[in-house]
Amino acid sequence: MSPVDSHRAWPESTLSRLPYWVYQDEATYRQELRRIFEGPAWNYVCLESDVARPGDFRTTFVGEMPVIVVRGEEGRIHAFENRCAHRGALIALDDGGTAKHFQCVYHAWSYDLEGNLLGIAFEKGVNGRGGMPASFCKAEHGPRKLRTTTLCGLVFASLSPAAPPITEYLGAEVHGRLARVLKKPMEVLGRYVQALPNNWKLYVENVKDTYHASLLHAFFGTFRITRLTQGGGVLVSPDGAHHTSYTIDRADDRTSTAYREQGIRSEKQSYRLADPSLLDTVDEFGDGIQLQILSVFPNFVLQQIYNCLAVRQVLPKGPDAMELHWTYFGFADDGPEMKRRRLVQANLVGPAGYVSMEDGCIGGFVQRGAAAAGDELSVVNMGGEDAASAETRATETSVRGFWKAYRRYMGC
Amino acid sequence: MSASFSAIASVQPLIAQLNADYARAIDDDRLEQWPDFFTEPCVYKITSSDNHRRGLPAGLVYADSKGMLRDRVSALREANIYERQSYRHIVGLPAVLEEADGAIRAETSFLVVRVMRTGAMDLFATGRYLDVIVEDDAALRFRERLVVCDSSRIDTLLAIPL
Repeated sequence: MSPVDSHRAWPESTLSRLPYWVYQDEATYRQELRRIFEGPAWNYVCLESDVARPGDFRTTFVGEMPVIVVRGEEGRIHAFENRCAHRGALIALDDGGTAKHFQCVYHAWSYDLEGNLLGIAFEKGVNGRGGMPASFCKAEHGPRKLRTTTLCGLVFASLSPAAPPITEYLGAEVHGRLARVLKKPMEVLGRYVQALPNNWKLYVENVKDTYHASLLHAFFGTFRITRLTQGGGVLVSPDGAHHTSYTIDRADDRTSTAYREQGIRSEKQSYRLADPSLLDTVDEFGDGIQLQILSVFPNFVLQQIYNCLAVRQVLPKGPDAMELHWTYFGFADDGPEMKRRRLVQANLVGPAGYVSMEDGCIGGFVQRGAAAAGDELSVVNMGGEDAASAETRATETSVRGFWKAYRRYMGC
Repeated sequence: MSASFSAIASVQPLIAQLNADYARAIDDDRLEQWPDFFTEPCVYKITSSDNHRRGLPAGLVYADSKGMLRDRVSALREANIYERQSYRHIVGLPAVLEEADGAIRAETSFLVVRVMRTGAMDLFATGRYLDVIVEDDAALRFRERLVVCDSSRIDTLLAIPL
């Protein structure tokens, strides 16, 4: 075996060991863009309400591919590559807006709302000279089109005809947990971007890692927002790709000494809030679940922490960089009290979140810690070897599920 | 723009001093003093110019009581994990916008360099403070400080207040 090949070897027949080069290797990263993001996966691209009316558009990315998502005159949502068919310039330069058609600024080639090339400036030349050859067929030139699908107010896009219907893609359990939260019209409360100094997979793994939540995040453990000793579990879709974890408070946890016995930093007995209204929560979904984190492979997270709701979009930006696009939301029928509660609880999440700020730096700690360890292996063994649903969160089953799906997409 | 020349002349140096004291408290890591720059109740919010312009209310940090400001500090001291870092605030000259009913509205530009334990120094945030300042207990304090960052993109995390 050549040195290059051995560098990219995977441990045989286990999901519980991961080589660190998978977070570092440029060629692997390029393959991920082709085989996963541009492959038969559904990428979250925006909210349906972002493109509410015909002509409303948003620009975003599928992997690193810039895309325009736009509602057509007939009401359907279209997505196409934000790349002029002529010289490759961006077609739309804004985050969003409303358009009747799109025109590239470079040479004024124009497109309809479905991404079809409509017009070419001076197509017939000037005074019979110049212009495009008569044989040039506009219908054969255009930015690549993506399929779109919607579910619970979310818009997903895929470049591949092989992506199955979205409900089949998610599986019934994860679909049900998505619909549990996204049950009525959403209202966006704010949007932020967090630039993270790590490979995108480290963030997705972190989201799926129920084991870390109350250990890294003192805030979670101290205030019993989620602790491993509380009720709850983790659901992994049959293909491993998607997951939901959830926490239900239990009265017996309040007297549990398990964290103290483990000598865990994150349980701060003396730590109290001066203004506990941060933790004033109502059971708005009526099922006692106070925390639910849901991921859709490869780039989507839905979060319910108490009454703090957000969707997060993961955008890869190279082997060691990514962006996390946060959209905080409530519901259109929220009263003033609920609205204030959501604004106050938003302190838990986002780049400055009492909880989420730590997820902002932990991926970078791994990226830097493992900088010289490309051929060494990471251990993902909590809860065994498989990637099945579990009634405990002291497990890394959904992280193994991610790698099960990843290796299938990547063919490795 | 309705503030008179005399009103601006009399309060602008006081607001500039308040801003300087505020920035020094943060940059010198005297965060326990930071809540005392505010009245009770108060509003402190970090947002971005995009969210502000669109009227989107959720902030990166939102506090409507001094207790919440104290909780920010105690969380940073006791609970949260982040690498050692410090800020250097460069604060512009305050523009006094209005003085009415004992409250001064002012706007001041800021620039914050973040210095990491590794020695890396980066321009971390620029923006403007939109303030409502009142005299309270023999000192000028913020009844409202809206920190409007020019960018909605934050590098890694925002731990220390702006």
